[in-house]
Amino acid sequence: MATKKRKKTEIFALGNEAVVEGALLAGCNFYAGYPITPSTEIAEVMSARLPLVKDGVFIQMEDEIASMGAIIGASLAGRKSMTATSGPGFSLMQENLGYACMTEVPLVVVNVMRGGPSTGLPTSPAQGDVQQARWGCHGDHPIIVLSASDVQECLEMTVVAFNFAEKYRTPVILLLDEITAHTREKISIPGPEDFEILARVTPAMPPEWYVSYEETMRGVPALPPLGSGYRFHVTGLTHDQNGFPTSKPDEVKALMHRQFRKIDQFFYDIQLFDEVNCEDAEVVVLAYGCVARSAELAVHMARERGVKAGLLKLKTLFPFPKTAVQALARQCKALIVPEMNMGQISREVKRVNNGLTHVITNNRVDGQIITPSEIFKNIMQA
Amino acid sequence: MAQVTQLIHDYLRHNKKFPHVYCAGCGHGIVLGSLIRSVHRLGYAKDDVVLVAGIGCSGRMAVYVDFNTVHTTHGRALTFATGIKMANPALKVIVVMGDGDAMSIGGNHLIHAARRNIGLTALVLNNNIYGMTGGQASPTSPEGTVSATSPFGQLERSFDIVDMAMASGASYVARGTVLHANMLDGLISDALEKPGFNLVEILTPCHTQYGRKNKFKTVVDMYQWYKKNTVKLDRYAQLTPEEKPKFTPIGVFRDEMRQGLEVRYEELRNKLQEQRNA
Repeated sequence: MATKKRKKTEIFALGNEAVVEGALLAGCNFYAGYPITPSTEIAEVMSARLPLVKDGVFIQMEDEIASMGAIIGASLAGRKSMTATSGPGFSLMQENLGYACMTEVPLVVVNVMRGGPSTGLPTSPAQGDVQQARWGCHGDHPIIVLSASDVQECLEMTVVAFNFAEKYRTPVILLLDEITAHTREKISIPGPEDFEILARVTPAMPPEWYVSYEETMRGVPALPPLGSGYRFHVTGLTHDQNGFPTSKPDEVKALMHRQFRKIDQFFYDIQLFDEVNCEDAEVVVLAYGCVARSAELAVHMARERGVKAGLLKLKTLFPFPKTAVQALARQCKALIVPEMNMGQISREVKRVNNGLTHVITNNRVDGQIITPSEIFKNIMQA
Repeated sequence: MAQVTQLIHDYLRHNKKFPHVYCAGCGHGIVLGSLIRSVHRLGYAKDDVVLVAGIGCSGRMAVYVDFNTVHTTHGRALTFATGIKMANPALKVIVVMGDGDAMSIGGNHLIHAARRNIGLTALVLNNNIYGMTGGQASPTSPEGTVSATSPFGQLERSFDIVDMAMASGASYVARGTVLHANMLDGLISDALEKPGFNLVEILTPCHTQYGRKNKFKTVVDMYQWYKKNTVKLDRYAQLTPEEKPKFTPIGVFRDEMRQGLEVRYEELRNKLQEQRNA
């Protein structure tokens, strides 16, 4: 029978399970992690799936610091590697995350946000780690932060996260929240022909010509796997183009500027967002994560009442999608920003809005989701 | 002598970063020489060796030597090395750490690397002090040590690195000193060839930060202390219980030849994939 041969493409999955599906589709073959609610299912499913993948490795480390160290090491050895955690673990990861930024190591960190600070609300959702994802580790650094608002997006954005990590040689943070991670719904698993899988650029020149942190137009140096004949030095110290420590101002400046430039100049490739009913919208709700689903319903409710409401759903949080926000800010009379924190994205919105329109914040930090009716009320009052 | 010098030069990087940071009398260069001789003797290709280092004077070793080198964060060298080894078990992964690196900030990583018996060679360069930051007490500073952060003498007991590694389950554990350089060559070569997690503690003097403040007038006095106060393990065993505390035993403390985690994981993966394909 023909139906028997057909590959199963639809599954009923948790957001966390969808992350694993996305990671494996993207070619992830190394996972190191430490158990923490509400991200643990990612590690559990990985531990069962990765040994079945060619050269796949799952390792449970002694803490989140070690998990980051292990995935950096594995990535340097040529693997597509990732880890997943939640708030307290994400705090521990900042040290080595900074190392990955400085040494430009491709990797993916999934942070399933729960209530904080500290141990906070381990089983309740929040969006309190948004600015930490951007600025958690010390020192100036560029980074890519993505988010997902439903289970299908968990899968898709994990693929995007790996692609960005490899393409731009950078750590990528995927921010989920407890609700998105623990929602179970039907998703379709795309086939390999449905999307592009990117691999990092490896050097094509002979080893003696290879310059490990070469200044190029693209700004993304080639990265050979350890042991491939290209012997080079990797250090968290500020380094010159050859990867050796330096404190010469002109070399330090060149490194820092190239690292920022390599993300900045591809802003339009990285800026991902969805617009719902925005063409003629007079009131725009800007949301991300689980709140975007409440917002979408609220927008439809408002449309039914004849209010021209629209939704701007952010999939990329950093670099902040300023052109998408500014375009709508010019057209609407109010931008409503509901989020489960005290205003971590709304401060970015206000910064890029710069007086263009009226920005209304809608914050909630009691471990409960922002409901459609709450957002609807704000739309009607705007 | 000329041959020895030539060998060192074959393995050092010439394009960058000399002169080195080590003070006069420092033992770290002897360890680096010993490591190079061992790698050369065993015939490993430079491309197959990954030197992972932590932070501190010992960490600087990674810059000088022409292997694949990764200079990591403070105390975390073993975690990076674990990732590298699990990702590519064919690589020879050597981890160089200081005593503060391995026993203080990285203590948790050390005991777990030993427990999971991951196939790494850890060289712990123990100079009993935080040298690079200016001579603060480390977890291996002996009781009574005068340092920048224990100006009235250290009150805390010190760690025994060998005991710690053995208790944590390392499959090969040894201790040497930079004074006994030939013996050190043997210990490092031995460790490099062993499966599983192997650790060599290397006593190396820091006269600048430790010796000067602790009644060693010259660096030679420190080397003489090693000569007088360390004994080979077989002789140590014959000492009376009263004599033992005065001496530090050196030699091979454990040699169990247990398969590393990376090999066992590969076996598991092969078994599971065969089952699936059957």
